[in-house]
Amino acid sequence: MRHCQSIGVVASLIVATLAGPASAQMFDWVPESRAGGKLLLTGGVSTIEGSGGGGLATWAVTSGYGAEDGIGGNVHATYVNLPDYELRSWGAAASFWDRVEVSVARQEFDTGATGALLGLGSGFTFTQDIVGVKVKVLGDAVYDQDSWLPQVAVGVQHKSNDQGAIIAAVGGRDDEGTEVYVAATKLFLAQSLLVSGAVRWTDANQTGLLGFGGDRNDDVEPQFEGSVGYLLNRNLVVGAEYRTKPDNLGFAGEDDWFDVYAAYALNRHLSVTAAWVDLGSIATFEDQRGLYLSLQVGF
Amino acid sequence: MRLFLLAAAVFALPVTALAQEADAPLELPPVVMSTEHPGEVAVEPYDRSNAHAGATPFEGTAMLEAFHGVEGIGRVVDAMIDLSIEDPRIAGTFVSHDMVRLRRVLKEQFAYILGAPVDYSGRDMATSHRDIGLQAADMGALVENLQIAMDREGVDFRAQNRFLAKLAPMKDDVVTR
Repeated sequence: MRHCQSIGVVASLIVATLAGPASAQMFDWVPESRAGGKLLLTGGVSTIEGSGGGGLATWAVTSGYGAEDGIGGNVHATYVNLPDYELRSWGAAASFWDRVEVSVARQEFDTGATGALLGLGSGFTFTQDIVGVKVKVLGDAVYDQDSWLPQVAVGVQHKSNDQGAIIAAVGGRDDEGTEVYVAATKLFLAQSLLVSGAVRWTDANQTGLLGFGGDRNDDVEPQFEGSVGYLLNRNLVVGAEYRTKPDNLGFAGEDDWFDVYAAYALNRHLSVTAAWVDLGSIATFEDQRGLYLSLQVGF
Repeated sequence: MRLFLLAAAVFALPVTALAQEADAPLELPPVVMSTEHPGEVAVEPYDRSNAHAGATPFEGTAMLEAFHGVEGIGRVVDAMIDLSIEDPRIAGTFVSHDMVRLRRVLKEQFAYILGAPVDYSGRDMATSHRDIGLQAADMGALVENLQIAMDREGVDFRAQNRFLAKLAPMKDDVVTR
């Protein structure tokens, strides 16, 4: 775990170094290519699953600041402090020509002292790795202000959890799963309002942190995730998100997720997202509400 | 706005002189100044229409007031251009450009869209950007400079966004590569 965190820190430093003037030079060998064409925050922030979005919900935008002629990328580290658990996530995303986004993320769901109460042992941690690809299929969320058409993207995320034995013991059917989603995002600029919705076909328990499928239900079903955001100024957006989830496991009920957030971009290379999240009941422990803090470094 | 040959001609002269091996004397079109607009280079005649502004104007006076009238709009345009010609990302776009004319027609365009009783006399967006070869990131940089200029003028952020929403669809005509 410590090893992975240090990798995250090193990756952050590398990207922070590249994010300066070097990132522009980096692309000189690609004809007519350049970095940093998008406006602040229009690439969203990193979700806990690594893709660009609002934090819990995925958006149709590609992560980073590359426009049609450019490349964007970032790394993120996210910490969620809940009454009985801790969730940590870090990862990286790269976007090409504002068309294709590739993302990786590692999540650690740390049961802390709760692990002993669950019979797993204190500090027991589920680790999940996520690899994702998102492709913009139509529209431009920011510039198409003369039409109602949103920007639409399709994506796929493959998730693998390292605790297959425990997942099986609590009724989960699989320790890995692949999700497909369709996201639509629109900035209503005249109203300073961003609206985004996505449908994700999934059988993940707690987004995969407790595996996939279960004794109560083993079918992949469409779930909804949505965000609204209000632009307060060029650097700051505040909003709320909602994410529905399956309820597959008999031993513990699962609730939809909700959050209110503020995302602040200091500049094109650094943004901070703070949120109050309500993750409901997790593995029989109710009312998991707490602070979400995320740092994103990129270009 | 169209590329004008004035500065290009001035810069091209010494280079061409150095490389001159052929005997043919260099023929440059004479620079004719506009009689209608002092300080501007004359342009080929074209049809004028407010439709060339590329957006329908706001109704009422709220937006005009948010920009502090035609004078405020003038300050916004001047600040945006002052920032842009010093902006390494897009400064090259304005080299050999008739900046006197650019400032005037942009002020007209912004004022017309923001609901001022002003007519736009410039070319349409597709024609005026056809030969410039802008990328999406160039437009993004200009928008950023416009945002800074509007901030400096003290234009309310929501009014800024309402205005930008009018300009955003011009991307299809402005970005040509």
